[in-house]
Amino acid sequence: MIHGTIVVAKDICKACELCITACPQECLELSPHLNEKGYRYAQLKNDTCTGCINCAIVCPDSAITVYRESKKKNAS
Amino acid sequence: MENVVTKNEMEIVYKKPKTITDTPMHYCPGCGHGVVHKILMEVIDELGIQDQTIGIAPVGCAVFAYDYMNIDMQEAAHGRASAVATGVRRVLPDKYVFSYQGDGDLAAIGTGETIHTVNRGENILMLFINNGIYGMTGGQMAPTSLIGMKTTTSPYGRDAAQVGNPIKITELIAQLPGAYYVTRQAVHTTQAVRKLKKAIETSFKYQKEKKGTCFIEVVSNCPSGWKMTPVEANVWLEKNMFPVYPLGDIKSPK
Repeated sequence: MIHGTIVVAKDICKACELCITACPQECLELSPHLNEKGYRYAQLKNDTCTGCINCAIVCPDSAITVYRESKKKNAS
Repeated sequence: MENVVTKNEMEIVYKKPKTITDTPMHYCPGCGHGVVHKILMEVIDELGIQDQTIGIAPVGCAVFAYDYMNIDMQEAAHGRASAVATGVRRVLPDKYVFSYQGDGDLAAIGTGETIHTVNRGENILMLFINNGIYGMTGGQMAPTSLIGMKTTTSPYGRDAAQVGNPIKITELIAQLPGAYYVTRQAVHTTQAVRKLKKAIETSFKYQKEKKGTCFIEVVSNCPSGWKMTPVEANVWLEKNMFPVYPLGDIKSPK
């Protein structure tokens, strides 16, 4: 399976949880920590992310950057 | 842990569009405005028309849209975004012009401007964000509020006998000869967002060909105004808004 990961911009995440419901792998959760605005920002909870970008597409604050293993490296 | 690939070895597959500024958005958590802004800017990035696009910001929650979109923007008086867009497009006929309005702006105070702009068939894209409530002023009843919907000005639910039925402005303007492409989309799921992106792309294409007015209604949410969490709001939207405002193309060119 293709492996991916995400980086959430902690400062602008508003904890709306839309990414959590959009994730088909259920690999997102709210952090127990707060950001400076007082929101529990989203974070990865396990390593099952496939880099499908669903979370980033529904994020209203464009806070998510998605990385994915490149296919070329997989082949070699 | 040999299989774990570090981030440095991966490629970026999705990031914030470069036409969206770094200003943190003032919208409430889960608001559909943010998604629409992002998708609109993504399309502009992909078409490479950042320097040729002029947006008209409304009065309403999206009043600061010009802070978030790194393109030329003009603020309009309440409800008059389509009228301002008409002027901009007529003076600069080679530019891409869009107006961005909410339901209180486009369907209430600006109904006259909206209908006449479409009737003249101005070559602009009109984006209409419909969440059935006045979000900015604190959740008052809008012309698009559903029957029985509780708002601060209809605490017992909207009564059709007293204040009328929800206005389906998109169906209304689809009857006019100037309307070329009229569609209704949503932003509650990934699939819906992808469809919206396609609709915006198509509209910019028609605008270049000077075909007539393109009108996209986006059925959106208002978690704060509806007094729900964003996730609950999207479920409520699907259950209650879509029967009244069904998604899909209302008028598409043959």
